[in-house]
Amino acid sequence: MLMAFTLYSLIQTAILCTNAIAVLHEERFLSKIGCGVDQAVGGFGDDPGVKAQILNLIRSVRTVMRVPLIIVNSVSIVLLLLFG
Amino acid sequence: MDYSTPQNVFRQHPNMRLRNTSIDGSDGSQLFDDTSGATPASQMGYKNQQAGPESAAYPGQSLLSDPMSNLAMAYGSSLASQGKEMMDKNLDRFIPISKLKYYFAVDTVYVGKKLGLLVFPYMHQNWEVNYQQDTPVAPRFDVNAPDLYIPTMGFITYILVAGLALGTQNRFSPELLGVQASSAFVWLIMEVLAVLLSLYLVTVNTDLTTIDLLAFSGYKYVGMIVGVVSGLLFGKPAYYLSLLWCCAAIFIFMIRTLRLKLLSESAAEGRLVRGARNQLRMYLTMSIAAAQPIFMYWLTCHLIR
Repeated sequence: MLMAFTLYSLIQTAILCTNAIAVLHEERFLSKIGCGVDQAVGGFGDDPGVKAQILNLIRSVRTVMRVPLIIVNSVSIVLLLLFG
Repeated sequence: MDYSTPQNVFRQHPNMRLRNTSIDGSDGSQLFDDTSGATPASQMGYKNQQAGPESAAYPGQSLLSDPMSNLAMAYGSSLASQGKEMMDKNLDRFIPISKLKYYFAVDTVYVGKKLGLLVFPYMHQNWEVNYQQDTPVAPRFDVNAPDLYIPTMGFITYILVAGLALGTQNRFSPELLGVQASSAFVWLIMEVLAVLLSLYLVTVNTDLTTIDLLAFSGYKYVGMIVGVVSGLLFGKPAYYLSLLWCCAAIFIFMIRTLRLKLLSESAAEGRLVRGARNQLRMYLTMSIAAAQPIFMYWLTCHLIR
């Protein structure tokens, strides 16, 4: 029952989750399930709703984390190759 | 329109909340007691006590009567204070040390009352945090304010008690302490991140900071320690009984504390408010509170065999 979590596994989890959010393709996937950019609720009311928040989150992760993810992924690939 | 709002008005969105601007104590709301016993000039916290000693102010030091060494001493002390300033400024950018100080401004009475609240929250009536001109009062003056002292001490004690429990079952080795510590820490971080994410998704306008959430998530270590210690002393049934009691206590504690922070004013006073948003907030509060007993059981069940 002892989960041997280390901080490194937390970093790995974070990298994998961010990768997963960043690779959601706009027109092949998100539009098909009704989460495309043109379908997003652009209201400025004080109640964006959960779906609009999720869409915002996905879009901002894609724009903000694109370059840092490239760097972090390359670093972790090199580390995995060197140290297993 | 009612212009005479009561003094302890329930505040949910104070704008411009600063946690520690009045750290000087010049307005009487000191975070820490001045125990230096020195002149009022050294009342600027304990930082001044570490400032480079002014050689010229020390009387009767024959070593420093030589002007050259005087000069060298003065230059050295000015360099040291410059370096210290720069380091403080840079460190403050990464870790908000000044904000952290607020959370450790506790005293024995507060810790005692808070521990009692964590184990028996059923008699406490007033759960509001007192504010003093838009800044929350330091924990030592208000038992409802969150602090980081109890969670930190609870975490460390939990690791030690886990080592003790493993030792009584002959499963102990020094690496296991590190493994326990890092896995409990990782669970804590994941819980705080999950709560932050869900708060973002539900767009709750709250003044809960990340450190507040860290403090609330750290309060469950007290219940875990009580459960494991009683399990060690009295066997498995005692472990389950005390864990059940502490789980219920933490559940009620979290609900009553978070209710004031997350729900809208009218819902927090107990009146039934319709609407999808309030329902969502209620579910959020419930799930945060329900996650605590789950974690408490998850992190301790492997210690008691």
